[in-house]
Amino acid sequence: MSVLTTKKMGIRFGGLTAVSNFSINLEEGELVGLIGPNGAGKTTVFNVLTGVYEPSEGEVYFYDHLFSSPEKSLKPYQVTNLGIARTFQNIRLFKEMTVIENVKVAYNKNVTYGFIPSIFHSNVYTKEEAEIDNLAHEFLKIFNLHKKKEELAKNLPYGEQRRLEIARALATNPKLLLLDEPAAGMNPQETHNLMELIKFIRERFKLTILLIEHDMHLVMGVCERIYVLDYGKTIAQGLPEEIRQHPKVIEAYLGEEV
Amino acid sequence: MLNKYPLIKYALYLVGAFVFSSVVQMLINAGNVSSYVAMVITYMCISVIAAVSLNLVLGITGQFSIGHAGFMAIGGYFSAIITKTSLFGMVDRAVFPDIILFIIALLIGGIIAAFAGLLIGMPTLRLRGDYLGIATLGFGEIIRVLFLNWQFVGGAAGYSGVPRMSTFVWAFTLAALTVIVIKNYINSSHGRACKSIREDEIAAETMGINTTKYKVTAFVIGAFFAGISGALLVHMLRLAHPTMFTFMLSVEVLLMVVLGGLGSISGSIAAAVFLTFFSEWFRDFGAVRMIFYSLLMILIMLFRPKGLLGSKEISLSLVRQGLSDLREFPDRIKKRFSKNTENGKGVS
Repeated sequence: MSVLTTKKMGIRFGGLTAVSNFSINLEEGELVGLIGPNGAGKTTVFNVLTGVYEPSEGEVYFYDHLFSSPEKSLKPYQVTNLGIARTFQNIRLFKEMTVIENVKVAYNKNVTYGFIPSIFHSNVYTKEEAEIDNLAHEFLKIFNLHKKKEELAKNLPYGEQRRLEIARALATNPKLLLLDEPAAGMNPQETHNLMELIKFIRERFKLTILLIEHDMHLVMGVCERIYVLDYGKTIAQGLPEEIRQHPKVIEAYLGEEV
Repeated sequence: MLNKYPLIKYALYLVGAFVFSSVVQMLINAGNVSSYVAMVITYMCISVIAAVSLNLVLGITGQFSIGHAGFMAIGGYFSAIITKTSLFGMVDRAVFPDIILFIIALLIGGIIAAFAGLLIGMPTLRLRGDYLGIATLGFGEIIRVLFLNWQFVGGAAGYSGVPRMSTFVWAFTLAALTVIVIKNYINSSHGRACKSIREDEIAAETMGINTTKYKVTAFVIGAFFAGISGALLVHMLRLAHPTMFTFMLSVEVLLMVVLGGLGSISGSIAAAVFLTFFSEWFRDFGAVRMIFYSLLMILIMLFRPKGLLGSKEISLSLVRQGLSDLREFPDRIKKRFSKNTENGKGVS
């Protein structure tokens, strides 16, 4: 069953066409890469998929449910509640909040108590907060961050900040995860760990993943299929081996054979 | 054990605040505390309410609002209309208890201010940073000019003859209530959502937070308590006048929040008390007072750029930690001395 389908999606900013005729299809459980040179429109695609931008044309479906088109487009928080989570190219943690608070924010959408219980700390509040605390702690354990749960997010080392950002996105309980350059700024060892992490969460949470990445080692290592964007157009798609040898890709992006 | 029954715990806090302020009020009534001091400490409590409510908007949710005086004016004027006209002549003050009339006035003042907060917040909260600041500044001025030209409330002459109903008991107990409500709100999931908006609005939205809803909610809660503080102020001075609610009042409240530390409730309380005290203390110096006042601010910003308390809260455990540090202090000095002598020996 296809998780995410876009049909001839395009977006224009004034006279500039950032992305045009973008059609992609993700089957359940797939790990797909989206690559392309800088400024090709990869992050713009992510922003349309998560509701930050409205598409200028085309349609986006999530489990055959149309959720984004020029006529109607959900807000980012509604897209998250639908089951799509994302991380950012430059880490966007809640820096002045603790590690566990960062994760707890994700559970806000499940909270049923309203304003009055929150100001009197009534039983509903106590019960749900205890539940959230428990869930968040268990969740951090999976990512081996539970020992640092009371630290401020900004004090974590870079690799752990990435891990926390991914953990936080997964805490919203998504079916589809969008990773925007997760290996940016990482050394080979950290990239290797990240590859393991991506493989692990995919099994653990039964996720479908769409990944933007510049690190060819990582892309070729984990992705099952790859789409290549250049100047907003899809110039190639296929298996990693095919992409590796595709003349257009080599010309536009890789410059040399990988 | 009380932590199991939070409602009782907070009720006890409020009763405690009420009893304490009643004792102080008795001293005031008996003449042991001068009416000047009484007025200053009441004003401190009013400032605390204003500062803490702004902290929810500015320090916790991160929305730069400098229209707080506008909400205070709305609360002040509308509550004064209720009490002065005795609920539009519907009740007879000779038989109707003042307390209930004042509670109705406070509530109506707060609710109208909150409603104004909703009306202002919906369109302006899509703005960010400085732009929101300017929009709220404009709003504050509009409110002031509206009251200036509304003849029913005296126009430029002000609305005088408001009954004196704010006492220290009222101000202190309501300040305690404000602190409890806002602090509990911050410590809930909704409060976390507000903080996440302050940290990174885009990330908050992708975490499933309806940012507009939480920004407007924070704005409305802030406006409600600002309205209450305005109502208390007007019923203390027995006058509502447009010049009371100028841009400078918004700035003063803003200063309290920034000086106390953005996001720190206890910081806002401390700064509200401190600044009120300070400006009264320097009253004798006349014009020089403003120089001292400004110097103080420059010094605090130089040495404590994050405010007096940063984002920390004063809590019992912090006090305990401080006490034990103090107790260890003599030991530490001794240690240092003995180390020095040892070192001295080593050198010789």
